[in-house]
Amino acid sequence: MVLASLALLAAAGPWLPQWAMFIVTIAFARGLVALGLLLLLRAGLVSFGQALFYCLGAYAAGAIGRFFGVSDIFIEMLVGGTVAALVAFVLGFLLARYRGIFFGLLSLALSMILYGLLVKTEALGSTDGFNIAPSTLFGVRPPPDWVRYSVLLSAAAVASLCALVVHRYLHTPMGRLAPAIKDNEIRVEYMGASARKAVHVTYVIAGALAGIGGALAATAVGHIDPDMAYWTTSGEFIFITILAGTGSVAAPFVGALLYGSIHTLAYGLSPNTWQMSLGLALLMLIVFLPEGLWSLATRHARHS
Amino acid sequence: MDGMKHVVLALAAAALAPAAAAQEPVKIGIVTFLSGPAAAPFGVPARNAADFVIEELNAGKAPAPYGKKGFGGSPLEMVIVDEAGSTTTQVTEFRNLVQRQNVDLVVGYVSSGNCLAIAPVAEELKKLTNFFDCGTPRIFEDASYKYVFRTSPTATMDSVGAALYVKDAKPGTKSIAGLNQNYAWGQDSWGDFELAMKTLVPNIEVKTSQMPKLFAGQYNAEISALLSAKPDVIHSSFWDGDLEALILQAGPRGLMKQSLTILTTGETAMHKLGSQIPDGTVLGARGPFGPYAPANQYNKWFHGGFVGKYKSEPNYASYQMAQAILGVKLAWEKAQDANGGKRPSNEQVGAALENMSYEGPGGTVKMAIGKGHQAIMETAYGQTRLAGGKLTVVNVKRYPAEKVNPPEGMKAADWIKGGFKAQ
Amino acid sequence: MDGAIYSAWLFIAALGLTLIYGVMKIVNVTHGSFYAIGAYAAASLTAAWLARGFPPMLSYAVLVVAAIVVAAPFAILIERVILRFMYTKDEVVILLATYALFLILEDVIKLIWGVDPYFIAEPYALLGSFQVADMAYPTYNLLLVAAALVFGGGLAWLLHSTRAGKLLLAVIHDPEISRAMGVNVGRYYLATFALGSLLAALAGAFTAPTVSVVPGLGVDVIVLSFAVVVIGGLGSLPGAALGAVIVGIVRSLSVHYLPQLELFVIYFVMAAVLAVRPRGLFSLAEPRKI
Repeated sequence: MVLASLALLAAAGPWLPQWAMFIVTIAFARGLVALGLLLLLRAGLVSFGQALFYCLGAYAAGAIGRFFGVSDIFIEMLVGGTVAALVAFVLGFLLARYRGIFFGLLSLALSMILYGLLVKTEALGSTDGFNIAPSTLFGVRPPPDWVRYSVLLSAAAVASLCALVVHRYLHTPMGRLAPAIKDNEIRVEYMGASARKAVHVTYVIAGALAGIGGALAATAVGHIDPDMAYWTTSGEFIFITILAGTGSVAAPFVGALLYGSIHTLAYGLSPNTWQMSLGLALLMLIVFLPEGLWSLATRHARHS
Repeated sequence: MDGMKHVVLALAAAALAPAAAAQEPVKIGIVTFLSGPAAAPFGVPARNAADFVIEELNAGKAPAPYGKKGFGGSPLEMVIVDEAGSTTTQVTEFRNLVQRQNVDLVVGYVSSGNCLAIAPVAEELKKLTNFFDCGTPRIFEDASYKYVFRTSPTATMDSVGAALYVKDAKPGTKSIAGLNQNYAWGQDSWGDFELAMKTLVPNIEVKTSQMPKLFAGQYNAEISALLSAKPDVIHSSFWDGDLEALILQAGPRGLMKQSLTILTTGETAMHKLGSQIPDGTVLGARGPFGPYAPANQYNKWFHGGFVGKYKSEPNYASYQMAQAILGVKLAWEKAQDANGGKRPSNEQVGAALENMSYEGPGGTVKMAIGKGHQAIMETAYGQTRLAGGKLTVVNVKRYPAEKVNPPEGMKAADWIKGGFKAQ
Repeated sequence: MDGAIYSAWLFIAALGLTLIYGVMKIVNVTHGSFYAIGAYAAASLTAAWLARGFPPMLSYAVLVVAAIVVAAPFAILIERVILRFMYTKDEVVILLATYALFLILEDVIKLIWGVDPYFIAEPYALLGSFQVADMAYPTYNLLLVAAALVFGGGLAWLLHSTRAGKLLLAVIHDPEISRAMGVNVGRYYLATFALGSLLAALAGAFTAPTVSVVPGLGVDVIVLSFAVVVIGGLGSLPGAALGAVIVGIVRSLSVHYLPQLELFVIYFVMAAVLAVRPRGLFSLAEPRKI
């Protein structure tokens, strides 16, 4: 099903207006982060600090461009994901011990510490950040009119790959531990599985996904700044995850797309009160669709 | 989208009433802060200035050479976007402005981070974009652009001007200290000032550099640290809420009496805090704006009209927006004339704007550096004096443009380090 | 000295948050909005009061009254109309709901009060200043410390010495059993939310004379309050006090000796405390499900 939509996108892509391509690309980037959050959420953990990895991925991608002259989009995403995964691995030792609100707030604290560090680093532009040069695909620089489309296609490809990987993971024994951990950790331990290990692994995967998303976003926007590590950015990701629901690996991307659209609509329709519009939209979604958007699809499927 | 269209059309209709021209309107995208803490000191005054100027231009009421209606006879239509939100959001909205709303050009951006992010996108989309306020010199130092312009001087000018003023007003200065917000603007402002002071007074002592978080709001600890350090001069690039909080918290504690305090963007506080600012505080307006604006016909028109319409004083953000629009108008009309009266392309307007010199409510604007894309202007600083309940500035010193801006092709930091000499 | 003043401010700000979490187990993002509402209400109404020539010394009372009078209807409205239906939902969903409300309130505040900064310097300047070790401090700040003590003490007394307070403690420990015992938990939730939000509003009101009240005032307070509350232990009053004191002192020290770290020293403290004591310094024991 995922492959089908990818094929559809590839076919329809060139006919989309450029600004729409941009929005879809960003949706893929955010969707990746949300995918990671989905994994964590299934284990009952809410991370308020995914922005940490998103930002790390972005800066890593920017750094290899700035200091090593690398501009290949896939390498950027790979480096972003790897750096983020490494950091997640280290931090996981600390974080895997916590649950509930403490997990959330500790992850937030770590994300804000990165923010503070980046703001202090004038070599990286402090709060102004710096720009990333346009990306190349396998060494080829696409002609100006095709840039948006090629970035979109790369994004779609990587996102689909990640979605498939996560989908497979969820069917492995470790992947299936998540809802069990959410429900009753002690029983999990009695059964001989390590809850801590599962959480650690999940955290690393989520971190890697967020890192890839960050690198992608950085390339698409062309600019990186410490705001990417701020708690409000994490808030956006959580918004998207809840919006989408945890029903399927495709859900986060749909949610991200919807979020991006609502955000832009709010800016356009009510430039003086867009926050209110956004807040109202979110509130209505929470009240009427507590299982997220995906539940609409499943509800329909069940009835038919 | 329909709602937005109606608003824009209404705005255009109101502005167009007197104009009889059947020419296609010129759509200007205006981007500035409509929400958040930057709205009050920059965004809203700038938007008001834009509203006022566009209205006047459409009615053909501006003084020559800006007398033609709209841009070369074509009525102006304003599309406004809020600058609040992350750079990702801003880049998204810029692309929307250009590709979905099809604006003819964009004037905007206060935040340096946004300017840096938008510049390459403007080049990519080949849309003439005029930054009216953001301060970082990096834009034209890091890269060259064809479509990006800035009709206001960079923040370097504020710091260098401040250093020169300190040397003039308090020649025996031996020590300085800083109180700046801990982000790029504050760091750069302090960095430039410190560098400039070290160049002007080689053995100057830096007592302390306080860098509280942006929007911290509470500065008692920092004020205590400054009071105990007892520097001769204190430099601060605080703006709006933070600036006003600082004045309200430091004034009663006598900080401004103990040290000569320079507030490089202090002009915005003048109008609201007036009597709360202790005498002798040095205020900057990021250029010859506000109380430092010349008494030329453009200022009379702009200042008088603005106060008449909004019942409040225009601050430097308003001036910057006004001169940004006027500059583009002049370039547009020049290009149109050169194009045989036909609507000019962005490239033609850009070519006309390059290296242009023009007059505005703040005085002369010379697009002299950044390969003709970056403006330089003179600057001025003065000290406050409360006279008869009204806040005025005395001891005003002006510094010509070439003395406070780096020359073409030279990075600001290098220029300061090299003793302000042209290469 | 600075540490004490900053701590007092933090304490008042965080108090309402820890109360609401302790009783209702919800992380209340609208806390920041109420802080802002309190500040705006206090600033605008006090300015009007002074403009009419009423005695300036009473302006302190106006600050308090303004904050309470304006914030209360908002609090009650929000709790009754929206939050009431959410108590059965997941913690995170409630948090998101409060986040959505926060967004809405930000613009509501903008619609009511506009974007211009408000300030009322009189209450701050009126009390004059006093000297501590050759530095002048406005006496107003002492008022802040006093207020912190009053609020903290008052709340503690309320919880431990009055019947209503003790019932509230019961609700904190176990809402289900309290309900079974006949306590009207719904009413207690409303009262708690109102009280917590009013405390936030009062914190904003007391801060108003010292800063310029601008849009976005509430945003940073949220994270700071959370940090303090988490350090102290969610739901614990003495915890909030200790947390505020620790953060206040650490921050003042860092401002004087290591201004570089000031930006994120509070997050360091939070991470450090959580690493050592995962539930904060004073935390309520929670039963584990077997």
